[in-house]
Formats: sequence, C-alpha cells, structure tokens
Amino acid sequence: MTRPPKKTTGPAPSPRRPKKEATPVVAAPVIAAAADAQLEETWADAPGFWGWLTTVDHKRIARRYLVTAFIFFLLAGLAAVAMRLQLSKPENTLLSPARYNELFTIHGSTMMFIFAVPIMEAVTVFLIPLMVGARALAFPRLNAYSYWVYLAGALTLWIGFILNVGPDIGWFAYTPLSGPEYSAGHRADIWAQMITFTEIAALAVAVNLMATILKMRAPGMTLSRMPLFAWSTLVTSLMTIFALPAVMLASSLLMSDRLLGTHFYNAAEGGDHILYQHLFWFFGHPEVYIIFLPGLGFVSMITATFSRRPVFGHIVMVLALISIGFLAFGLWVHHMFATGLPRLGNSFYTAASMAIALPSGVQIFCWIATIWSGRPVFKTPLLWVIGFIVTFVIGGLSGVMVASVPLDLQLHDTYFVVAHFHYVLIGGAVFPLFGAFQYWFPKFTGRMLSETLGKWHFWLFFIGFNVAFFPMHILGLMGMPRRVYTYPSGMGWERYNQIATLGGVIVVVSVLSFIVNVLTSLRRGVPAGDNPWDAPSLEWAATSPPAPYNFAHTPVISSREPLWEQREVLPIMTGLSTAEREVLVTTPVDAEPDNRQSSPDPSIWPFVAAIATTMVLIGTIFSEWALVWGAVPLTIAFSGWFWPKRPRRGAKQEPQ
Amino acid sequence: MRTNVVGDLYALPDHAFGLKSIIWWGLMGFMMIESMGFVLALGAWVYIRGLNPSWPPPPDAVPGLIPGIVVTVLFLLSEVVNRWLAAQAKKKEDDHAVRLGVTAMLVLGLAIVVARMFEFPQLHTRWDVNAYGSVVWLLMFLHTLHLITDWIDTVVLGAWLYTHEIEPSQHSEVYDNCGYWTFVVVSWLPIWFVVYIAPRVM
Repeated sequence: MTRPPKKTTGPAPSPRRPKKEATPVVAAPVIAAAADAQLEETWADAPGFWGWLTTVDHKRIARRYLVTAFIFFLLAGLAAVAMRLQLSKPENTLLSPARYNELFTIHGSTMMFIFAVPIMEAVTVFLIPLMVGARALAFPRLNAYSYWVYLAGALTLWIGFILNVGPDIGWFAYTPLSGPEYSAGHRADIWAQMITFTEIAALAVAVNLMATILKMRAPGMTLSRMPLFAWSTLVTSLMTIFALPAVMLASSLLMSDRLLGTHFYNAAEGGDHILYQHLFWFFGHPEVYIIFLPGLGFVSMITATFSRRPVFGHIVMVLALISIGFLAFGLWVHHMFATGLPRLGNSFYTAASMAIALPSGVQIFCWIATIWSGRPVFKTPLLWVIGFIVTFVIGGLSGVMVASVPLDLQLHDTYFVVAHFHYVLIGGAVFPLFGAFQYWFPKFTGRMLSETLGKWHFWLFFIGFNVAFFPMHILGLMGMPRRVYTYPSGMGWERYNQIATLGGVIVVVSVLSFIVNVLTSLRRGVPAGDNPWDAPSLEWAATSPPAPYNFAHTPVISSREPLWEQREVLPIMTGLSTAEREVLVTTPVDAEPDNRQSSPDPSIWPFVAAIATTMVLIGTIFSEWALVWGAVPLTIAFSGWFWPKRPRRGAKQEPQ
Repeated sequence: MRTNVVGDLYALPDHAFGLKSIIWWGLMGFMMIESMGFVLALGAWVYIRGLNPSWPPPPDAVPGLIPGIVVTVLFLLSEVVNRWLAAQAKKKEDDHAVRLGVTAMLVLGLAIVVARMFEFPQLHTRWDVNAYGSVVWLLMFLHTLHLITDWIDTVVLGAWLYTHEIEPSQHSEVYDNCGYWTFVVVSWLPIWFVVYIAPRVM
C-alpha cells in the first residue's frame, strides 16, 4: 500500500473563491506528517468486532455490501442452475412444481432486489466520495443503517426459503395469485416485506449519493466537469427516489389486503388487480434503468481510460443519461399490453418504448467513437465493455421488437421475453459490473486482479451467456412459456433447452474462475500503486486502498480529466479540521467552497435502528399492532442516533 | 503524486442553513420520496374512483366535515407559528424565542393529533368495507404517520433544546424541522380536498 507524498510545493491563491479572503498555508513536512497522523486517528474505527459493527466508513460498508450481494448472486445463480437442469429434458422430475415456483421466485427476487441494485450501489458508495474528492459520504450513518436493513431483507427472503415458507409467486407477485384468496400462509408476506427492507435500504443510499454528488464535489468540479459515472449515479439516484415508492406502495397495499382485509386489489369490492400492475411497473420499468445506468457509468470510465482519450461527446452522453431518466418513467405500460389497454394507450407506450432506444443508441455510438478514435489497450476491463456493447445491443433490438403490441401479444410470457431481459440486464449490468471489478479492484484492495484469469473469466462468461440465452429466443418463438416446471416431449424444445443448460454450466465455470481470481489476487496479486491504469479521474489520486479519510487535503480540479491534466502535481486546499471529522460543502453547480460541516463519528445506533426496523417489519407479517409497539424501539434507536454531542445546558462556562 | 496548496478552507463557516446545509438536502431527498408516496396514493384514489360509478359507494355516507375543517385550520395556524420559528432559528440570536417556538409547535402538534382522532369516526366508512374505504383510510393513515413522526421528532428536538446548549448547528436543525412541518401541512391540503370535498363535488 502506498500513501501520497506529503510534500507541498508552496501556496497560491484560491482559483475558485476570488471574493473570499483565503489564507494560504505553507505546511512544513513535519507539521504535515503530524497532521496526517492526527487525521488517521480522527477517522479511524474502533479495533476489532466493535469497530466492524460501528463503522461508518463508506469504503468498509461498500466492501461488505459487495461481498454480501455477491454471495446472494451465487445463491440465486444456483437456483437458476437447478431450474436449467430441470428443463434440460422433458417431463423431468428433478424438481417438484412447487419447488420450481419457489426457485424462479427467489431467483428473480434475489437478482433484482438483493443483487443487482445493491451491488451497483455498493460500487457507487465506494467510489463516489473518492471520485468527487470528498472525505466521506454526506450521511455516513445512514449508509451503515442501509446495509444492515438490506442484510435483514435478504436474510428474510432466504431464511423463509430454507424454512420452506419462501414466496412462490414470481418476482413481481401479481395479484390475485399473491392476494389472500390464492396465497394462504405467509409466503407472499415474506416477499412483500423483503421489498420493504430492500427498498428502504436503496432509498437511503440514493438520498446519500444525491446529496454527496450535489454538495460535496471538490472545488472546481463544476457540473460540466463532473465524471460521467457521477452523472449516471445522480440520474440513477433521482430515478430511485421517484420509482421505488411505487413498489413499496404496491407491496404495502398487498400486505394490507392480506392482513387487514382492505380491498385495493379486490374487484368484487371496487378495487382492481390491474392497479397492482400499474403500481408495480411504474417502479418496475425504471428499475431496469436503475440497474443498468450505473453500468453505463462504469463503461464510460473504463472506455476513456483504456482508449487513452476522454469519452467522445461528453455533453451528449450527459443529455442521453438525463433523457433516459425521464423516458424510463413513460414506458411502464408496455409490460401490460396483454392486459387489454385502450388503443391510444398501446400506441403511446409503443412509441415511448421505441424512443428510449435513441439515447441508448447515442451512447453506444459515442463509446464506439471513443474506442475508434483512441489508442485502445485491450485489457480485461475493455473486453467487458466490448462484451457489454454486443450483448446490450442484441437485448435492445429484441426490446424494440417486443415494444410492438402485436408481437408482444404473441411473445408475452414466453422464453423470448426471458431471453430479452437477460440480454438487457446481464448485458447492461453484469458485463459492466465484472469490468468494473477488474478495473477498480486495485482501488478496493490495493492489489491487481490477474489478467490471465480475468480473460478466461470474460471469454467463458461471454460464450456461456450467449449459449445459455440465445436459444431462448428460438424457444420463445416456438411457443415455450415461462414459469413452467416441465414440458412434454415431442415439442421440439429439447435440443434448445439442452444447449441453454450447457451454457449455464459454462457460466458457472466462468464465475468460479472469477472467484479463484479474487481469492488468489487478494493474497498474491501484484501491488497496485495509486493509479495502475494511468486513469484520469480523481479516485486514482487516493492511495490503494484509500485511507479512512480518503484525501489528506481537499483536491482542486480544473478539467474533466484531472489526473491527465495534472500528471505531476495535484492542486489542493488545506484548512479542513484534522482533529474532528469534517467535510467540505460546496455549491451544487459550480462546486465553489461554501462551508465546512462535521461528519458523524462511528456509532452502534444505525445497527440498533436496523434491528428495530427489522422487528417492525417482521412483526407486521403477523400483526398490524407491530407498527404501534415497534414505534418505541424505533424512537429510542433514532434518538440515540442523533443524540447531541454538545454540552449540557449551563455547562458551557465550565473549564475544558 | 506531489501536491500544491492553492487555497485554504479554514475561513469558511462551520455551519449553514437551508440550501447550503447537507442535512437540508437529505431532508429534501426524503420529502421527495414521501411526496412520491402521496402522489401515488392519490393516483390510486383516482384509479379506484374511476372504477366506481358512485362515490362514496352505497351504503357509505360522505365524511363529516367538522373535524377535517378543525384540523385544517389548526394546521394553517401552526404554519404561521412554524414560519415565525423558522425565522427566529435563522437569525441565530434568540435562544429563548427558539425554545418558546418549539414548545408552541409541540402544543399545536398535539392539538392536531387529538383533533385527528376525531376525524376517523367521521369518515363514515371502514378500511375493510370496500375499496373506497380502503383508499380513504390509506390517505388518512399515510398523513397521520407523517404527523405523528414529525411530532415525536419535535418532542425529541425540544427536549434537547432545553437540556443542552444551543449552538448554531441546532438553529439549523430547528430550521430544517420547520421545513418538514411545512411539508406535513402542505401535503395535507390535497388530501383534505380528496377525502372531504371531492365526494361532494365529483
């Protein structure tokens, strides 16, 4: 691990605050070293298990988010393998119909709510403060709370599955199947509360990231100089804020129908099942973009670094991200063409669904232009980018196909749709994610991943994925429906199913090679240094792995590619406290230094608050009164969280 | 990488109000989330309203107006006090006025909570009778949840103001809490219209 040299080359007036009297400080090396030691002490966690439990360091929390989400990815992947083995021959009896229902439910629910969104947030939570030059996230304790609540939600789902009370209603839990008439017991309630847990966690992260990006960027990082990854994160956070309440409302009303006897989805008493679908898909479609917009951010950062030039059409890329953010909210009804909509509605949502292909296409062309006009270095991260482009384009094209109502009605609930969304989601999110692991692993851990194993991982995954999912297009066109545990022989589906299962096995081998790569590189990987890829963005100015305080001093930037612009000397500002946790707050547009604010110390209260939240959410599966008695521990936990550090009244004059 | 000091941040203030404060942005984020919840719940009301030819569906009667009007008047009155308190907090001069204002808000908030209890019987429906009852109770429940949450928040804030010294950052906390109360008041107005007035005019 290397730490940045403390040498400074002398003071200069602030370039960003001409009106304010800045006081240049010349820090002698000895004083600077002492200040750094104090910074270490100020931002350090308590040792051992207590420190692990109470940390609010965004990097530690991001790492545990990453590991947890990846473990659940493996579990959900195993569920997929079990289903593929079941389908590998007709009339197979490996799995019972009931178990198959549970498996496709837990596979989809885990991949969407416990893997895809959280793991993207995990990478983002690690990177964003570093990328914008901040010492911490805006709300470090909220971040810690978010992780514990997320973990509780994930465990709720999987413990339910292990205890054989797991949900069996599909990842979108349509009523009336999930309602009180057709889902007795608590399987559907477990699904609904898993939603509440994971959405609380995701919303907490979204607010945190939005505030960090808008208010804590390094001086000089105006909106026009903000990295594309930060832009994609900002748009994703805003989408999360506007989309996720819809699924929380949908699932809460479902719980209410089941527990309290309300009639939101009961047509006999003036409600409607289609209301559930509207609420669910008002969330569900933006969710797809919430999952892959961070992936687009990864791709932009990787493409620039390995093409050795800034991304072509930066402003167009930003506008494309923003327009995707808006358009994504106008598409949800295309998931509901088969429910029978007014003709005008069909036409509108078909047009909107096709329109969103435009900003996505613009981005693809910009990345291709970047690679084309650059000096590409085909290291593993760039291979993942190319794999992403190929896969995502195929998924996008099949998306344009099913945006057309007549074709959608024909292909609805067939394997064609399964193929389409796996191309979009794995292509749009998992390919960039593996590229991001390879690219930022040195920053996460201080060591490089093996390029050789990385290339094996990529090629096996690329081939395995296409072998597994491309035949599903054909199966769908041949009429094979989704969510059936088996099929009779003689349908002509056997061969394609067997090919798909073989592809699944190749994907498993590929993921195993990744795990081996990570485990061996953690021990024996080449030490990375601060900036092993000669990348341009600010996170590479921090040490690998970064110090708890990220940067000893506040970096100042004057271009979109600060480390390419300033290769030798990083401009900084001094003056943030070293004795207390303090962060710099800047203006939202121009990132001019505005004020200093204290940042919270480590605390057990986010963990306690998450336990209290868990008591309420699990309690309400069984009784509505849990909302009432659960308010007591929640109030205690949040009071402890915000307990004031300032002196008691009247004690201010006492000697210190 | 070597570094070059180009400025110093020590002279910057160590606290801020409103747009300049990080907490305010967090609060804005959560208010956006909750606003979206209200908008979607109102959307569910519109959807269910469209499915039912009569509103309220028989045998439900329209809600009684009086408790809803009392609550609305109390909310508007509390908002006047709330804005005065926010102005006092922003001035950062008069700790006594801030403590007094928070106490007044606690009393007013409690009066609204009590008045709210009289609203529910006047809805003339139950959540489990039909979808009309369900969605009306949903709107009332969501808003009451916000009312009680902010009232408890104000209790805790008030307790700390009386037991601890008030520093500039606490003025900022009071100011932010006032912002949240305004959100609770403003979000009530469309719900009041939808629950009490819409069944009479639509």
